[in-house]
Amino acid sequence: MSPRPFRLRKISNPPVISGFKPYGNKKNGGKTESVFLHLEEYEALRLCDYEMLNHHQAAIFMAVSRPTLTRIYSKARQKVAEALVQGRQIIIEGGKIYFDSEWYSCKSCSCYFNNPEKQEEIKECPLCRSSNFMNYEPDHEETEDTLTRCMDICICPSCGFETPHRFGCPCKDEICPECGNNMVRKGAPLIRNL
Amino acid sequence: MKVAITSNGNSLESKLDQRFGRCGYFIIYDTETQGLEFLPNPNKDVQEGAGPASVQLVASRNVQKIISGEFGIKIKSLLDSLKIQMIVLKQPEKSIKEIIDMLNN
Ligand SMILES: [Zn+2]
Ligand SMILES: [Zn+2]
Ligand SMILES: [Zn+2]
Repeated sequence: MSPRPFRLRKISNPPVISGFKPYGNKKNGGKTESVFLHLEEYEALRLCDYEMLNHHQAAIFMAVSRPTLTRIYSKARQKVAEALVQGRQIIIEGGKIYFDSEWYSCKSCSCYFNNPEKQEEIKECPLCRSSNFMNYEPDHEETEDTLTRCMDICICPSCGFETPHRFGCPCKDEICPECGNNMVRKGAPLIRNL
Repeated sequence: MKVAITSNGNSLESKLDQRFGRCGYFIIYDTETQGLEFLPNPNKDVQEGAGPASVQLVASRNVQKIISGEFGIKIKSLLDSLKIQMIVLKQPEKSIKEIIDMLNN
């Protein structure tokens, strides 16, 4: 069975670099620890200051509430400013967003694997070379697999209410207990009509 | 191409370590030269940041794939951005030799 075509549900915009290094330090007296810019902060900067989206739009893209987006965005700017002023290195890392690639499960050796090169189609299992693999959708997996036992969170896009994601329950079927809206997966950027 | 395998020991008879960041050893296998490198994991017992430090370690060996029993969500994002392929094998009884044999098929 060949993998289904790339779904738009997941957008992948990993940063092209892993950080920035200052140069020409006037004196080494300043702080030298790095500033850690989380991926969601990077993404907020990218959406707001590079793609020039307004906070409302950026919040929809990042599947977070608007106040949350604003908080992430201010944190991002504060960190970048701190790095500039104090001559500190910026390391882009971690955070709550993950730019997840497509995952597959191999029926013949029962491994799971992802496709790190989105442009290239997977033709065989990287472990056993079998072509008997299929698209792996953690959302619909019923077993308590550690792959799905992640720290995912469902969030209400309209009021920001958060609750731990339950396996096998699509977020959109969860109803926000605060305001009755449908929930979304936190940090999974969605394409919607802006 | 280099593949990292998480291992609980430093021999071919050792088993696949199910933990990535805190595995005992990283075994770096070069599929072209069939060369093997046994790297003790210095992050095995650290309090925090074992995952990212281990990513850094294997990335410095230019591996293109990592075989382990599980990857945390933070590790997934790091490896995704480094374009290193993750292979999850939930078979703690598999020996390193068996895994290398699969790769050589
Ligand atoms: Zn396979
Ligand atoms: Zn709500
Ligand atoms: Zn959910």
